[in-house]
Amino acid sequence: MRILEGEGVTRYFGGLAAVSDVSFHVERGEVAGLIGPNGAGKTTLFNLISASLAPNSGTIKFKGVNITGRKPHQICHMGVARTFQTVKIFANMPVIDNVRLGAFFGTSSGMSAAEASREAAELLEFVGLQAVSAIPARDLTLANQKKLEVARALATKPELLLLDELMAGLNQTEVAQAMQMIRQIHDRGITIVMIEHVMTAIMKACDRIIVLHHGKKIAEGTPQEIASSETVINVYLGEQSYAGG
Amino acid sequence: MYVVLTVSWVIFSGSTGYISLAPAAFFGVGIYSSALFGNELPLGIVIGIGGIASACLALLVGALTLRLKGIYFAIFTFGLVMLIAHLLLFWEINITGTRGRFVVLVDYNTIYYVMLAIMVVTLLTSFLIRRSKFGSALQSIGENEEAAVHIGINVTMFKVIAFAISAVFTGAVGAIMATRWTYIDPFIAFNPLYSFMPVLMAIFGGMGRLYGPVIGAAIFSYLEEFLITKFPYYYMLIFGIILLVAILYLPDGLVGLVQKLRRRITGGKYANTGR
Repeated sequence: MRILEGEGVTRYFGGLAAVSDVSFHVERGEVAGLIGPNGAGKTTLFNLISASLAPNSGTIKFKGVNITGRKPHQICHMGVARTFQTVKIFANMPVIDNVRLGAFFGTSSGMSAAEASREAAELLEFVGLQAVSAIPARDLTLANQKKLEVARALATKPELLLLDELMAGLNQTEVAQAMQMIRQIHDRGITIVMIEHVMTAIMKACDRIIVLHHGKKIAEGTPQEIASSETVINVYLGEQSYAGG
Repeated sequence: MYVVLTVSWVIFSGSTGYISLAPAAFFGVGIYSSALFGNELPLGIVIGIGGIASACLALLVGALTLRLKGIYFAIFTFGLVMLIAHLLLFWEINITGTRGRFVVLVDYNTIYYVMLAIMVVTLLTSFLIRRSKFGSALQSIGENEEAAVHIGINVTMFKVIAFAISAVFTGAVGAIMATRWTYIDPFIAFNPLYSFMPVLMAIFGGMGRLYGPVIGAAIFSYLEEFLITKFPYYYMLIFGIILLVAILYLPDGLVGLVQKLRRRITGGKYANTGR
């Protein structure tokens, strides 16, 4: 079953089509990758799905319901959570409060204070931040701030999680940890769409990959298909001719 | 009076980080409610009208303008004060053919106790908001609005409500203060000074704790009276210097200073838990 579906989604910034007539879908329970060179429109597409931006044309459906034109907080209540390319945490609040806020406000039904605290503590343990739950979020390392964002997103009880460059700026060990975390989130039955530049990670983690280039979808398929696709190699992986020449 | 103005300003601006220069507008609305209805209605109801009228104005203005960020919002709210003042003046001169109004007198004891009551309610509200879900949502907006909206917080609604709550108290104070002045006109009622004072007092006192703005307001109003009586000509100058020093050397206000001292005394025992 398709959990997310986009039909001819287009968004202009001035005269530039950041995302142009992109149709895509995500199956329930899969891990989908979204790749493409810088400026390809990956984050813009995330912003359109999570309603940070409204598309100029096209529709986006979540669980078969048209969600185009809804407000970001409504999208969150429906079960779509996201993280950000540049971390956006509540820096001066304690780590646990960051997550607790997600639990408080992220679901449409709401939660009692005790429930939210329990939920937050449980999620911090899940991402491995229980030891630092009381310190201000700004004092965390980048890797931990990213984990915190994931925990906060999970606190909103999503069915679909959008991860925007979770691994950018992390070292090898941290990337390995992040990979494991993605698997564990997936095991919880949450569908994941991830934007990533770390190729080994995306090839290993994803069931299916969508490739964007200049705002257009140029390819889609399993990691093997993408890795061997002529077009993808030309625009994305194969900058050999430029680099070499 | 300044305590209420400052604390109610902090309810909205302190947590969300939206600098509002609208207090004078709400204050003026309160004053005019008092002038318009003071003769016919009992004091309690007049104060209620002052508060509710201000809140309605805040809801309207908030819904329209809270998408503006940073300096734009500040300037807009300031413009609002000027706009209302001039509109009222226009109205009085061209339509009613008067300038200013007299306000019914109330004895000083009553004013004092009413003011005290409003202050207690304001402090209580501020205290409760700080401890509530609502308060932490406001704070998250101040921290990172984009993240707040994506974890399901209806930021527009929360901002508008907080704006309205802070307006209620400001309006109520305006309504009671008007009775002390006996005569008002648009430029007395909508004096921009009442927008700046709460901001300065809040910065001076520090916004991190509930008592910060209270101390700031108390010290400032005392200072103002003191300087006016001792140095009637230089008081604004001295006032300005004190303020500059406070901003330069006390970025977290008096509260920040107190916390820093306390930490030094305890020997940095909690250095890794606090700020």
